[in-house]
Amino acid sequence: MSDLTKLTISAARDALRKGDLTSVELTAACLTEIDAADALNAFVHKTPEIAMEQAKAADARQGADAPLLNGIPLGIKDLFCTKGVASQAGSRILEGFKPEYESTVTTQLFDAGAVMLGKLNMDEFAMGSSNETSTYGDAVNPWKVDDRALTPGGSSGGSASAVAADLCLGATGTDTGGSIRQPAAFTGITGIKPTYGRVSRWGIVAFASSLDQAGPMTKDVRDAAIMLQAMCGHDPKDSTSADLAVPDFEAALTGDIRGKTIGIPKEYHMEGIPAEIEKLWADGTAMLKDAGAKIVDITLPHTKYALPAYYVIAPAEASSNLARYDGVRFGHRAKLDAGDGITEMYEKTRAEGFGHEVQRRVMIGTYVLSAGFYDAYYNRARKVRTLIKQDFENVFAQGVDAILTPATPSAAFGLGDMTDADPVQMYLNDVFTVTVNLAGLPGIAVPAGLDRQGLPLGLQLIGRPWEEADLLNTAYSLERAAGFVAKPAKWW
Amino acid sequence: MSIDTDTARKVAKLARIRVQEDALPALASEFSAILGFIEQLNEVDVEGVEPMTSVTPQRLKRRDDVVTDGDQQAAVLANAPDAREGFFAVPKVVE
Repeated sequence: MSDLTKLTISAARDALRKGDLTSVELTAACLTEIDAADALNAFVHKTPEIAMEQAKAADARQGADAPLLNGIPLGIKDLFCTKGVASQAGSRILEGFKPEYESTVTTQLFDAGAVMLGKLNMDEFAMGSSNETSTYGDAVNPWKVDDRALTPGGSSGGSASAVAADLCLGATGTDTGGSIRQPAAFTGITGIKPTYGRVSRWGIVAFASSLDQAGPMTKDVRDAAIMLQAMCGHDPKDSTSADLAVPDFEAALTGDIRGKTIGIPKEYHMEGIPAEIEKLWADGTAMLKDAGAKIVDITLPHTKYALPAYYVIAPAEASSNLARYDGVRFGHRAKLDAGDGITEMYEKTRAEGFGHEVQRRVMIGTYVLSAGFYDAYYNRARKVRTLIKQDFENVFAQGVDAILTPATPSAAFGLGDMTDADPVQMYLNDVFTVTVNLAGLPGIAVPAGLDRQGLPLGLQLIGRPWEEADLLNTAYSLERAAGFVAKPAKWW
Repeated sequence: MSIDTDTARKVAKLARIRVQEDALPALASEFSAILGFIEQLNEVDVEGVEPMTSVTPQRLKRRDDVVTDGDQQAAVLANAPDAREGFFAVPKVVE
């Protein structure tokens, strides 16, 4: 009964609690689907033994007071360290690395009863928007309109592909510039990046520490609320983790948004954005208005400078974070020639272990932090970041509860289409999402329609800091109004 | 700003990434394209603006100055490419 894997987390939870279904049955169904879906290249390290063991344990504790995600099979992005299970961040330099510890997020998910099916493909060190920089090869979008294989987006491409193809009920993602929301939009699923500090970063391979946040990627908004609940919370092991109570996100889903104020930022009407995305945005605006929200035009004047600021700050932090991959403590070490010293070991190891995009970003980061350029690039970018955050503070102070924008400037594109493009062209994928990371805000992508080829398109809602509950409720209202139910036709 | 191959070579060295001599011109031109994009930031008036240090207003917590962990030598060394006699092994550092 392969339809089991199509269940949402909430439906599976209810069936498990009532005893209509066991986690062992559900998990076995997912493992069968995963084995039949190698063409998607979403699961890159499968963990069937761990999954079945966790499923049996979940069934043993099933009941009305079972934990939040008891018996729910999930996929875990390769960026999360999982004890004894390969955790490579999609990179050759971490080949063979099996952490001796468990990330806080996966610990919390397991404490909530979740089942791990395996590790999911991603862009190397989460640097990419198409999952084409992965050492495992491209992950593939289950959506298809012709002969071309399409990107599931990136960096959480494996997570998006796996959830959209019903290989698992939900997946973890991480988002530094849009890496949860862009792939969610490209595959017709829901993905939320919470407020910076809401989810512990401990045990997640670091890319840009001031921007990175983990979040759930799921089949609907209710599932995002349930899974986010299990992922959030204060962690003394992450010094930027917020010591704030976590509200009941699912209980906040009333669908009632009457009296809420939704801002429409004029700067997001960008040149070159397809008319159908503008229309989707206008339709979404009308849906929220019909649901009783007040729509106001707002301005976020520094929007244009978000991507350039990001491409200083993120590589700068990455160059520092990735300095640890030196061939000494873990992962790959290059074969050395006679007479090679420690510098040759570093240089050869990093040249062999890092892919092209990662090397490029580490070097850009090195350059903007180097003597003579630190003020001109890095400090200037941090000042612009302050201004971008102030733009949002100003509109929130004017009474705006949430901001509606498109999630991406296009639908999913073909794998390989961007190979010859300037790297900056690829960076433009994050034009609507990156501001949210720079300002530390929560943002959610919700599928809202299909383009004329039949590919999914998403809308993004941006919320006030720490108000994920309210944001999820607005997203829930939008989801109900949009009524997106399309699924990719199975070809894999 | 246009990056020449000498600068690209220097940056690669600082980043401790070996780049073959014949790959430097292409790398330099990629850097130039990215830095050209970044230079839009020069249009922004940042006079008197504080550079952001923390995106959420918070004071970092202090923990008690006590030992909370340790005695994990085997776990620490478990993933090392070369570990000997309880140490990480590396090529000779000092002549």
